[in-house]
Amino acid sequence: MAGSTTKSAYWRGVVLALPFLLVVGPFAMLFGVVATEAGLPLLETMAFSALVIAGASQFAALQMMVEDASVWAILATGLAVNLRMAMYSAALVPWLGEAPLWQRALISYLNFDQSYAAAVTEYERRPAMSVRERVATFLGIATPIGPGWYLFTLIGALAGSNIPESWALDFALPITFIALIGPMLRTPAHLVAAGTSIVLALALAGMPPGTGLLLAGAGAMCAGAATEVWAERRWT
Amino acid sequence: MDLSAGEIWLVIGALGAGTFLIRFSFLGLIGRRAMPPLVLRLLRYTPVAVIPGIVAPLILSPAATDGQFDPARGLAALATLAVGIATRNVLAAIGAGAITLYAMLWMLG
Repeated sequence: MAGSTTKSAYWRGVVLALPFLLVVGPFAMLFGVVATEAGLPLLETMAFSALVIAGASQFAALQMMVEDASVWAILATGLAVNLRMAMYSAALVPWLGEAPLWQRALISYLNFDQSYAAAVTEYERRPAMSVRERVATFLGIATPIGPGWYLFTLIGALAGSNIPESWALDFALPITFIALIGPMLRTPAHLVAAGTSIVLALALAGMPPGTGLLLAGAGAMCAGAATEVWAERRWT
Repeated sequence: MDLSAGEIWLVIGALGAGTFLIRFSFLGLIGRRAMPPLVLRLLRYTPVAVIPGIVAPLILSPAATDGQFDPARGLAALATLAVGIATRNVLAAIGAGAITLYAMLWMLG
């Protein structure tokens, strides 16, 4: 009966992911709107969401494009924002490492904040699941979120150029970024990293677009890690 | 935006490929080999190290007001941060920021 348990694992994943559409939908729509406002054509906007499929990184790259940063600075910023996904990739190995390569590749493409968090929670809740069922669960979770991401980007892009300036959409991007960061400020180390990033980015604002930000990001990562080491020594 | 159409496609393609490689790194390539703890430590802080640096200049000197600090936008940023920290809910934080922004823009004209 492997087929039927795999099937029910898939559908459990779909149901688990449905609430995430409330977050992913508006966020993707916002990307479509902001990208269109920035002058990105429809096809490029859709390609962005289909190929990169990572919200914060897409917004970061877009902002750097608007600021006329160089191509390498745009890429370095966009990829730096996604480095955390290497952690997600590592965390999935114990659960999915035995799956066929093509399935691991497909899951990698679909491994973003929400799908990762939902899948690992479910794996921990049902440790007896086979690898096949775990793969099915992951694909089930990704089924509403992935296509939802494309669809809502499209809706936003089509609406984008019709939105009047009085809606102050210029500020949608900063608000979205702050909203993403606020919940991440869990420990003193995260606060130190965020504070260092702000201070250095402002201090280095005179450098070519993107360069100051990269230095600020590198410095802030080190500051966060150093604070963590310091706090561990102090409290343990 | 000054990028040519070709450069835009380069950004999209390379960012897509690079992001996939990051996601594929351990699950597809490295497998069970352990990562040095220092690398894990640094990776943990990437979003909070990069995003605030992008946002701070946008709040202090918004392009929409020709780089002048705008109290409505500043307060909206503050409300978003406060609600984000208090509720740990991204959508609630966005909602608080949007409401504050529109209320302030309306009050301050």
